[in-house]
Amino acid sequence: MYTFTNRLKIGSFILMAVGILGIAIGFISAPGTVEEAKAMVASNDVAHGEEGTESMSEGTPAMPEDGTTSMRAEEDHGALTEHDGNAAQAHGGEHDASHDEHLLHQLQNKPWAALYVAAFFFFMIALGVLAFYAIQRAAQAGWSPLLFRVMEGITAYLVPGGIIVFVILLLSVLHMNHLFVWMDADVVAHDEIIQNKSGYLDPTFFLIRAAVYLGGWIAYREYSRKLSLAQDDSDDNSKFKLNFRISAAFLVFYLISESMMSWDWIMSVDPHWFSTLFGWYVFASMMVSAVTVIAMVAIYLKSRGYLPDVNDSHIHDLAKFMFGFSIFWTYLWFSQFMLIWYSNIPEEVTYYVTRIADYRLPFFGMVALNFLFPVLLLMNSDYKRINWFVLMTGIVILAGHYMDIFNMVMPATVGDQWYIGIPEIGAILFFAGAFIFWVFKALTSAPLQPKRNPFIEESKHFHY
Amino acid sequence: MASKTIHAFYDDDDVLMLAVKRVKAAKHHIEEVYCPFPVHGLDKAMGLAPTRLAITSFIYGCVGLAVATIMMNYIMIEDWPQDIGGKPSFSYIENMPAFVPIMFELTVFFAAHLMVITFYLRSRLWPFKAAENPDLRTTDDHFLMEIDIHGDENELRDLLIDTGAVEINIVEKESH
Repeated sequence: MYTFTNRLKIGSFILMAVGILGIAIGFISAPGTVEEAKAMVASNDVAHGEEGTESMSEGTPAMPEDGTTSMRAEEDHGALTEHDGNAAQAHGGEHDASHDEHLLHQLQNKPWAALYVAAFFFFMIALGVLAFYAIQRAAQAGWSPLLFRVMEGITAYLVPGGIIVFVILLLSVLHMNHLFVWMDADVVAHDEIIQNKSGYLDPTFFLIRAAVYLGGWIAYREYSRKLSLAQDDSDDNSKFKLNFRISAAFLVFYLISESMMSWDWIMSVDPHWFSTLFGWYVFASMMVSAVTVIAMVAIYLKSRGYLPDVNDSHIHDLAKFMFGFSIFWTYLWFSQFMLIWYSNIPEEVTYYVTRIADYRLPFFGMVALNFLFPVLLLMNSDYKRINWFVLMTGIVILAGHYMDIFNMVMPATVGDQWYIGIPEIGAILFFAGAFIFWVFKALTSAPLQPKRNPFIEESKHFHY
Repeated sequence: MASKTIHAFYDDDDVLMLAVKRVKAAKHHIEEVYCPFPVHGLDKAMGLAPTRLAITSFIYGCVGLAVATIMMNYIMIEDWPQDIGGKPSFSYIENMPAFVPIMFELTVFFAAHLMVITFYLRSRLWPFKAAENPDLRTTDDHFLMEIDIHGDENELRDLLIDTGAVEINIVEKESH
């Protein structure tokens, strides 16, 4: 049995406390009026003047094209801002006033978006681990049963993490923030594209869908965990077989619900834009982060003397998955980009124009973190067996995939007013603390090694 | 001078692996093991030096990437600039996304094909080459361990039978 060390517990509490402080500072310092917002941007321009102008001047020629296309891109960018500012235009009228109000909304969104990105990121890790676990169950994998309790521990975070994400979505529906612009009736009234999608993008339907996804995922997690524990004291394999069947059924539900979840919770922050492989793209990010966290928790537990039968070959296999899914993520990232870049259709290409103009460093930086680092660090077969090496690569991968979610959510919610400051780091620390606390608390509740899994002997002798 | 070689047959890869470990532990030098299919971990158990094929593959991949870049730059930018999809441009880097699939494919193509060719050359394999394996059954369902006899023949034979060999032959080998 694993005991939650006091040092780790206190560490997670400190992370949560510091995180709450950061989140609170973010909310308190968000501007209440247009004047405050303008003053904030003005003072920021003085302080970060250099940075700001640099990104602006670099931004325009960033899109690789000649005169015609770059003009089109400019137009698109203009069109996007206008759409986002539609609500403001309805009240205001004059362009300056609408721009200022738009700025206010962006700055007011900032602490919410920071909270949402971090909440979703840690929730996504737990969900990815659940999918990975279901794949192992459905495939009746022989190498992984020794890691099942680790995976079950991580998926325990699905419950608190899912509830937090749901509450944030609920608050969005209640107009506490403007993360989802299509929830604003004023915007929809002036926007024909959103009107055409209003059958699907309906606040009540949106919440019902979210509840169905979360309900399905949590139900599978709890049931599978119960069967997994019951199998330990069982005298036949019936629990194991039942777990195999429900895991296969869950995977069907998961693939559909995960894809729809990515449209609902992430893609709809840009309600005009759509991408048909978005579900896969989010899935790739989710999977690579999930496998990384499984490897990190397993390595940590091993370093503390637990999981004595987990050997280098298990870590090697996890590192292979980290390597493979990193390449898979890059493949999807590029596929999505290239088709949109090539066809250059205004309503699609705005997505990348804003990212390349205003988010240059995070947008291209994450490709270095998510592709170059894992590929070069984990390419050598022997390096995949060196635990600290896998751990360091894992940290880079997690940072890169946080940036990925950041790049998905921020441009539509805070526009060019982004930075990674106290609210963002506070939110990461808070959810990291909550994640660690919940996961390791769940790990204490059952023996770390399944006793009567029919494949446990194969897993113990696993050697590549 | 002729030397004696022992051929031990096995019919299971797990038995073979354990046998290799025991023969190595008994300080005998295994000349070669013939298998109908690759056995994972056999090279490590036999104490063979790690393969350098992966390094050559990486180098071939880099060559492929370079060839693709130079080729596309020459074809699409320098020799005959083309306007495709409304993107006239005289710069490689600005049109790079369109070339990435080609760069990727040629990297894989070079790495894969040249690695296989290197493997054949290194293994001295070419078309119509006479087979070197001493027994036909090693292409079907048997594994063959080849050990040169230096010390006590019977002791080695007993050891091999003990490790689960299904057949043991002793052959005279002409020295080269």
